Amino acid sequence: MPRSAWLCRKGNWPVSSRFVVLVVPFVIIAIFWLLARREAKLRHDPTHKGYFERNGMTLGILFIVLVALWALFLVVLPYLYMVVESFHPQLPPSKRGGPEDVLTLEQYKSFFVQPVGGGLNVTHIGALVFSILASIAVTALNFAICYPLAYYMAQSSGAQKVRLLMLALIVPYWVNEILRAFALRLLLASRGLINQALMGLGITDAPIDFLGIDVGLYVGLSYAYLLIMIFPLYNAIESLDKNQIEAARDLGAPWWRIHRDVVIPYAKPGIASGCTMVFMLSAGSLAAPQFLGGPRTLWFTSVIYNFFFQNFNWARGSAYAFILLAACIALVMLMLRLFKVSLGETIK
Amino acid sequence: MKSAWVMKGMLGFYILLFFLYLFGPLIVMGITAFNTPSYPQAYPFEAFTLDWFVKLWNDRNMMQGLQNSFIIGLGVVALSVPAGLAASIIMSQIYHRARGLFYLVTISPLLTPGVIIGISTVIFWKDVLGVTEVTKAIFYKGVVLTILGQSSFISAYCLLIFMARLTRFDRAQEEAALDLGASYPQVFWHILLPYMKPAIVSAVVIAFLSSFENYNTTTFAILADKTLVTVLAGQVRQGTTPALSALAVIIIGISLFGAITYEILKRREKKRAEQAQKRALVAERGDGQGDALPAPSSA
Repeated sequence: MPRSAWLCRKGNWPVSSRFVVLVVPFVIIAIFWLLARREAKLRHDPTHKGYFERNGMTLGILFIVLVALWALFLVVLPYLYMVVESFHPQLPPSKRGGPEDVLTLEQYKSFFVQPVGGGLNVTHIGALVFSILASIAVTALNFAICYPLAYYMAQSSGAQKVRLLMLALIVPYWVNEILRAFALRLLLASRGLINQALMGLGITDAPIDFLGIDVGLYVGLSYAYLLIMIFPLYNAIESLDKNQIEAARDLGAPWWRIHRDVVIPYAKPGIASGCTMVFMLSAGSLAAPQFLGGPRTLWFTSVIYNFFFQNFNWARGSAYAFILLAACIALVMLMLRLFKVSLGETIK
Repeated sequence: MKSAWVMKGMLGFYILLFFLYLFGPLIVMGITAFNTPSYPQAYPFEAFTLDWFVKLWNDRNMMQGLQNSFIIGLGVVALSVPAGLAASIIMSQIYHRARGLFYLVTISPLLTPGVIIGISTVIFWKDVLGVTEVTKAIFYKGVVLTILGQSSFISAYCLLIFMARLTRFDRAQEEAALDLGASYPQVFWHILLPYMKPAIVSAVVIAFLSSFENYNTTTFAILADKTLVTVLAGQVRQGTTPALSALAVIIIGISLFGAITYEILKRREKKRAEQAQKRALVAERGDGQGDALPAPSSA
């Protein structure tokens, strides 16, 4: 390709071959555009209006510029660029784009095998596994906490009451993540209120190190994403026809069967979307593990954070970020498949 | 029905516990803001003080961060609300085979961990802006990168808000206007935009708030600058001071005020709607003599 040859020859431009991959989205757009053109020509419809005809020239261009700026320059291209970066070696800025800047799997290999010593990289694999398992636990916990309230709000209370409950739910979420973690720390610290109460009542003699044994981490994550779980659940259950529950009750179903066989199957898309959001957010969270995790607990995002701010190894950090994203998406897809929910329903 | 009472009691107890979980930590933190010891403690309450608020006011870092947070919030609103609106309109017009992909691309930032958004923003824009020294000097700044990084997912929030409202839009209105000789841009400015106004207001509020309290993306994209949240994070990491509690009290105070105002406005609006409906009914019964009725009061 003459274009890439031209890019490579200009070796003093530090980004050179990296930009070749970034042409991909433009090619995809062009393909879709050509397809649309062809289809419009084949199926000639006199009432159909072209894009610029419908929106006018000025607005039409404005819309396209805005959407292209967002979808391409803020979403697709940075993601692609990060992935490309993760396949490069870590080099000082002066050597970027030089002969040493080749494609490599080194960064991904370093996740599995330690670069120094060559043993299995137990620390980082362990951190990833722990983050994912803990996030699953937090998701399950939040579902258990939120389901009864969501059901109560959606099915058995008046509109006035629901609005007040909603307000009460939203107000704590205007306080930001850091301050909420701080508030929990004040409660759970060894000098905190809960330990004071426990010792005051004579239940324990010495303070319990809640933060050290990761209770703080779980509580913090659950607390941070309570609202993310409750709204999708509420929306899903709210549209369920009350008569269905009545009918089940009249036919003699006990309460747990009503939930198992009527409400939960109906609310499945909402449950899936709440769980997906909570899982992704806690797996990618940074504040709760940093401020509430125990000293020996290593959260995977903290590993990534350290590659950026302590080791200044952006390439390896990018590779780890991509590993995290891929692992989370794979798990969510697997779960959705297992519970037979389509992705389309979930993100609606 | 004894079991119904038991159920009701348990439900009440559960709701009580739920809200205790939600508000308990914040109340405890609130108490520590007014207590004298320099380690934030709620009990024993030694003496009432407002010193921590004064200390907060004098914290230069925090004030600098607050200022940056405001600038970033405004920047994000200016970028993501129009982008979300444009995307929602294009979504309704785009070539049908491309719609699924377009939706996936625009919604994906919501499912991507904020950390990754921050990293990719920095890596990408560092090289793009680094092409010339001038662009690097002007734009390669924490505030700019943070606006770009946050906008990538906040635009998606806006898109969802706009799409929800746009699906209820009655296309007949548009056609009526076109039949009466309006041009397409006129339809946009005089029909679609006024119709979208409530959604635009909520998009602005949500965009600003989510920008203001974002940590995960910001901590990477902010580079050497600071926002209120990154200053806070630094202070929480260093240790604990009741000044942080004081800040939380201020934020809770503002949000309570906002929530209550919102509730009052909503109720007033509902009342007004009911009155208007009543008047309309009366007018209809009066057989088209609505004009003869007393003019609607402004209340």
